[in-house]
Amino acid sequence: MAKPAPPEQQQGTGEMTSGIGARVLRKEDARHLNGKAQFVGDIKIAGCWEAAFVRSPLAHARIRGVTKPAGFEDRVFTMEDMPDLRPIRCESTLPSYKVSDYPALATDKVRHVGECIAICIAPTRAEAEDLAEAVTVDLAPLPVLADIDTALAPGAARLHEDWDDNLFLTTRHDGDLSGAKARAAVVVERSFETARQAMNPMEGKGVLARWDHRADQLVVHTSTQVPHLIRTGLSDCLGLDQAQVRVIAPDVGGGFGYKCVLQPEELSVSWVARKTGRAIRWTEDRREHLTAGANTRQHRYKLTAYADGEGRLLGIDADIWVDIGAYSVWPFTACLEAAQAGGNLPGPYDLGAYACRTWSVATNKPGFTPYRGVARPGVCFAMELTMDAIARAVGKDPLEVRCLNLVPGAAMPYTNVTGKFYDSGDYPAAARAAADMIGAGNFAARKAAAAAEGRLIGLGYACFTEQSAHGTKVFAAWGLPLVPGYEQATVKLAPSGAVEVRSGNHSFGQGLETAIAQVACDWLKLDISRVKVTMGDTALTPYSTGAYASRGMVMAGGAVSKAAEELARRLRIHGAHLLQCAPEDTEIRGGAVWNGQASASFAEIAAAWYLHPDRLPDDVDTAGLEVTEGYKPAIDTGLFTYATHAAIVEVDPESGRTEILDYVIFEDCGRRVNPMILEGQSYGGAAQGIGSALFEETLYDSAAQPLTSTLADYILPGPAELPHFRLGHSETPSPYSRHGIKGVGEGAAIAPAGAIVNAINDALAPLGAELTRIPATPHRVLGAILEADAAREAAE
Amino acid sequence: MKPAAFEHLRPDTAEALAGLLSPEAKLIAGGQSLGPMLNLRLARPARLVGLSAIRALGEIREQDGMIVLGAAVTHARIEDGDSPVPLPPMLRHVARGIAYRAVRNRGTIGGSLAHADPAADWITALTALGARVVLRSAAGTERRVAMPGFVRGAYRTALSPDEIIAAVEIPAAMRDAIWGYDKICRKVGEFADAIGALALHPPTGHVRLVAGATGAAPLVLAEAGAELARSARHPAIPALRDALAAALPGTDPVKLRLLATSLSRAIAKVLPA
Ligand SMILES: Cc1cc2nc3c(=O)[nH]c(=O)nc-3n(C[C@H](O)[C@H](O)[C@H](O)COP(=O)(O)OP(=O)(O)OC[C@H]3O[C@@H](n4cnc5c(N)ncnc54)[C@H](O)[C@@H]3O)c2cc1C
Repeated sequence: MAKPAPPEQQQGTGEMTSGIGARVLRKEDARHLNGKAQFVGDIKIAGCWEAAFVRSPLAHARIRGVTKPAGFEDRVFTMEDMPDLRPIRCESTLPSYKVSDYPALATDKVRHVGECIAICIAPTRAEAEDLAEAVTVDLAPLPVLADIDTALAPGAARLHEDWDDNLFLTTRHDGDLSGAKARAAVVVERSFETARQAMNPMEGKGVLARWDHRADQLVVHTSTQVPHLIRTGLSDCLGLDQAQVRVIAPDVGGGFGYKCVLQPEELSVSWVARKTGRAIRWTEDRREHLTAGANTRQHRYKLTAYADGEGRLLGIDADIWVDIGAYSVWPFTACLEAAQAGGNLPGPYDLGAYACRTWSVATNKPGFTPYRGVARPGVCFAMELTMDAIARAVGKDPLEVRCLNLVPGAAMPYTNVTGKFYDSGDYPAAARAAADMIGAGNFAARKAAAAAEGRLIGLGYACFTEQSAHGTKVFAAWGLPLVPGYEQATVKLAPSGAVEVRSGNHSFGQGLETAIAQVACDWLKLDISRVKVTMGDTALTPYSTGAYASRGMVMAGGAVSKAAEELARRLRIHGAHLLQCAPEDTEIRGGAVWNGQASASFAEIAAAWYLHPDRLPDDVDTAGLEVTEGYKPAIDTGLFTYATHAAIVEVDPESGRTEILDYVIFEDCGRRVNPMILEGQSYGGAAQGIGSALFEETLYDSAAQPLTSTLADYILPGPAELPHFRLGHSETPSPYSRHGIKGVGEGAAIAPAGAIVNAINDALAPLGAELTRIPATPHRVLGAILEADAAREAAE
Repeated sequence: MKPAAFEHLRPDTAEALAGLLSPEAKLIAGGQSLGPMLNLRLARPARLVGLSAIRALGEIREQDGMIVLGAAVTHARIEDGDSPVPLPPMLRHVARGIAYRAVRNRGTIGGSLAHADPAADWITALTALGARVVLRSAAGTERRVAMPGFVRGAYRTALSPDEIIAAVEIPAAMRDAIWGYDKICRKVGEFADAIGALALHPPTGHVRLVAGATGAAPLVLAEAGAELARSARHPAIPALRDALAAALPGTDPVKLRLLATSLSRAIAKVLPA
């Protein structure tokens, strides 16, 4: 495929302080640092009441009855009160997929601990919780499907009675492995497991709904990444016309995927607000989050890798199980995780043959929700540990084995074994750069010196690609009920000469508010302080499917770029008229249109347009200074960011503790819009990845009772547990996107588990211990060491 | 996560406090253990009686060869050495390792002892230092219980329902103790997975080797302690593990290893391994 020339990269020059590539401070930080941001919990509306939920104490039970406290019947609502509220129902076109009805409040059965059974309202949250306590729920326990094995066992109870098993979906990719098997010099077999996690945004979910009589609209303030999608979901389930629903996402304290799906609480709170005519708010607390929100990351793998004597991958055969929990979330379905896992396992490698089967298993846990990196942290962990196992099997350096297998720059663009189209880049170069940064060259000496002091240190790598801004065809192939396509944005010159940008995407900590302003500045050549950005309100912004799948910068950025380009064109026409010259003889610079030494400032042009049309010609183009444009990249298959992470760790064999001594990320995400924001995204993502690698885990007992319901039990890494990250970059602009931008929001969360556990295994190699499960807690590390000790003693 | 309704009283004298003690009342000092239990509605007292307004409970003094710490003295004050009399260095070290500063600003030594979380620091550290707890009843009578005996098990103490902890007494000689303290935890400021504590004071013959965070009351390893004092030799980790295994039957091997490691590391501060 020939690379199309990117016409949009030929722009006018001029001084540039806030455009693409500038390290501008984030616009949103002032309000956050001053405590002036407005989250759902900060909104004050007179007469607003608070909601609390009665949640299921059991993982699987039939509901025999719910009794409201006497005298409070009009303050407690169950599904029986809401016959008009439709359940969340996520269809998919994938064959074998089974649909689950996910009611806002449980109807006949509860299917996980923490599932909502009734909603209670009162003037304060404490009173609402008092009410919730006074509700009695009569539950008849059912056999609990606490894990994958129980759910798949013959004769297992059914989670959804109309199904004939407990599988949401199975998929197969039947590559022919016969050649790989015949030629293989080494065969590596491993099983891997990743823990169930909760995403833990600083701000949990929150929703405040009220009926606006003037607009005849339900107005829902909700902590979401996808306001326009929530509007669609709410109107579908509530039976309202979309015109009767306005969704406003105010400041949002982190999303990570947790807030990209329709929440049952959004439905019941909205229903009650409409029914009672009161503003109603619910704020998720940490215990609700850690129990009812423990909904992500849990995978299990069985992998067989075939390689030649040099460590060249010949084929991979994989079985992947995903513990989906009880319900399919809307709109991303219960399928996305396994479909992505199966599709992404080959990662950045040039892999000849591939076979893979996936099982999306229904269990008594909260419904699986895509989390930063979606499936890839799991597949990267499995694949990267396998690469190290191959390296050990053939006796070669893990970096060399990787470089032998990574898709080389010369092969770009490259279509891999699962049909993914890698648009640009040089994957081995990134791996070598990371290795250089971390000092791989003299690591052997460093390791020997440490060993002489009785210390165990190890080096580990993990490489990955991050598919970003994948569009219509990709999501349609995953069978989703709602497929993203293009994106619109509005850029307007206000009468004062300032610029307004409006996007239906959302900014919830990832800096999009600043980054899309920079794109506008790139065309309009003005300081970012002159740009006002409005996002997240369905009444004020063009439609957008929202922020997920690392699409915000590419899609919203692309749309702002097109709109700003068109606005710049119009400004030059009007400016040229004021300057009495031809538009071709003008340029934009410093917030003005210039012709030689003469200039017309944006304020002057705006004044002419809005207030003194007499200064413009009679036959002026009336299209105006408010431009809405739409955008999609030249390809639909996504832009692939790529990176290699490298970690050096020290493992204390006496306490099982792992300390990260050095951590390097070498990444290429195409053109960097704001390098500082990118660094922040890398730190934050890697911190979450380190959480997965070493700390975070929702534990359950055999009755699927969560055992980690406070932050004393669910351990998040803090500043003291995180290393000083060192970052390196190359810039390979994508030939297929505006400005060569690729998405990068998820990336850094993908690789830490692979890099760190490889480093741990490198450190433990002298003891004969190997870890294949995350988090690599001190308990697991010590357990592996004790097991290896016992095996050695038994052999002696 | 809001507590059930309660009445909140803050007496400012010991006498007023005594009048408020009742089975429905619960004392609250720093609230750093009780607060979460209230919010989770695991504790639902009708009445909360605060200790922070009673000046005497916040005093530190020296009397009859004992350093006396009022029950409401905060971890932060101990960490800072904010005291009219010098504090044993080990106390300040232990305080610094409890939680993080915001918790230490409010959490109190008496609250920690009364709560008796098996993974907490003070129950183990004060056992090593040979401290005793001063208990005062509503009627005003006082009794003193030496540390190993005060903690009866996980979250169980020698306190009777009508008593409060008034103070903690530590022998002043402990300022000159030779000590080692090691805490293994998953992240900075977390409760311990294992604690090892050792305090030696040759002039008075004080020797205490203690394993903490065992899941139950702190474990005094009398024999191992006496042996290391006699031989001035660091015991081998397997020997420590065997001593622990004998005293804590049924403990899983990983936990035993952690406990042995922290003991060994505490000892290593005094005697090189
Ligand atoms: C995030 C976090 C991390 C922590 N990490 C650690 C740690 O690493 N190590 C550690 O040791 N602790 C840790 N703690 C606990 C902390 O040390 C608490 O301060 C301590 O456990 C309780 O002290 P308090 O004054 O807050 O007691 P409160 O919470 O007020 O009371 C606790 C209990 O003691 C009773 N009580 C209080 N005072 C008296 C008294 N004078 N007489 C009788 N009964 C009384 C109360 O009725 C209640 O039952 C942590 C706490 C938090 C929140």
